[in-house]
Amino acid sequence: MAQAVGTAHLETSTGLDNRKLLMWLFLGSECLFFGSLIAAYLLYRDRSVTGPYPGDLFDIPFTSVSAFVLLMSSVSMVLALAAIQRGNVRGMQIWLFTTATLGLLFLSGQAFEFTEFNHEGLSLSTNLFGTTFFVLTGFHGAHVTIGVLILLSLFTVSLQGRIQQKDSLNIELAGLYWHFVDIVWIVIFTLVYLIQP
Amino acid sequence: MTLAEYRGRGGAEVPRDDQHVAEAAHVEKHPGPLEYAQIGSILALITGVEVAIYYLGLAHTLLVVGLMVLSATKFSMVVLWFMHLKFDHRLFSTMFILGFILALSVFTVALATVGGKLV
Repeated sequence: MAQAVGTAHLETSTGLDNRKLLMWLFLGSECLFFGSLIAAYLLYRDRSVTGPYPGDLFDIPFTSVSAFVLLMSSVSMVLALAAIQRGNVRGMQIWLFTTATLGLLFLSGQAFEFTEFNHEGLSLSTNLFGTTFFVLTGFHGAHVTIGVLILLSLFTVSLQGRIQQKDSLNIELAGLYWHFVDIVWIVIFTLVYLIQP
Repeated sequence: MTLAEYRGRGGAEVPRDDQHVAEAAHVEKHPGPLEYAQIGSILALITGVEVAIYYLGLAHTLLVVGLMVLSATKFSMVVLWFMHLKFDHRLFSTMFILGFILALSVFTVALATVGGKLV
């Protein structure tokens, strides 16, 4: 059910909005950033000389729920965009707040997981698994945190009546960033948690 | 000098192909909420299947291949529908795919040369 939607942006020589182009360029560079971190994790995860090891710590049912929460936040994010593109400001506010809440829920889960791992004796400097795992998932968590702050900022601004249908590109850009954070977790969930040595 | 000023001074029209003209009209075809909800349901279902096959006790190679296929499917669906690459200008896809291919190359070279393994 495709529908025509309008976006307003300044005229450019390419006909494309420079902000959106820049966002895609940024996301392309982020692929390299996370690709390097994931490669480093896969290289070093089973080269630790002391434990604990991945199989001793990972709680797959718990992480599956976290993955599901982040995935559903992507759905609510795209519904926020669909709402504002159709001029439904109230709907956008509800979905933006839902997305931010799901993001916070994911972060709470990650904080709980990190605390549990720490109690089990894994820290950033315990072994190569700990170092690469915390750096990878920590950087992802930092990206989610930035995403939540962006979403809450947009939500606050929209409550002041400063986001209308013509400003839908702002929501789309935030959405692109949020979906990227989600696809990174799709990869991490599979390569780090489900596929173990 | 902005493009509008350039044109105002009688400058030549900046050449554009049909696709650019379409972009300049600011009209994009995006799915509706119902289609987004359907995609979301499929993604949730695939996640459930991923977790299920993790517990099935399959041979490791088979498990890795199955999980990689499911993960790639989820990745593609989010990028194509939620990030609108299926509907947006090809230049956006190019930006992202170049970065992705570069990342994949670094990933492959690193694993191949230093000796990491996936399976």
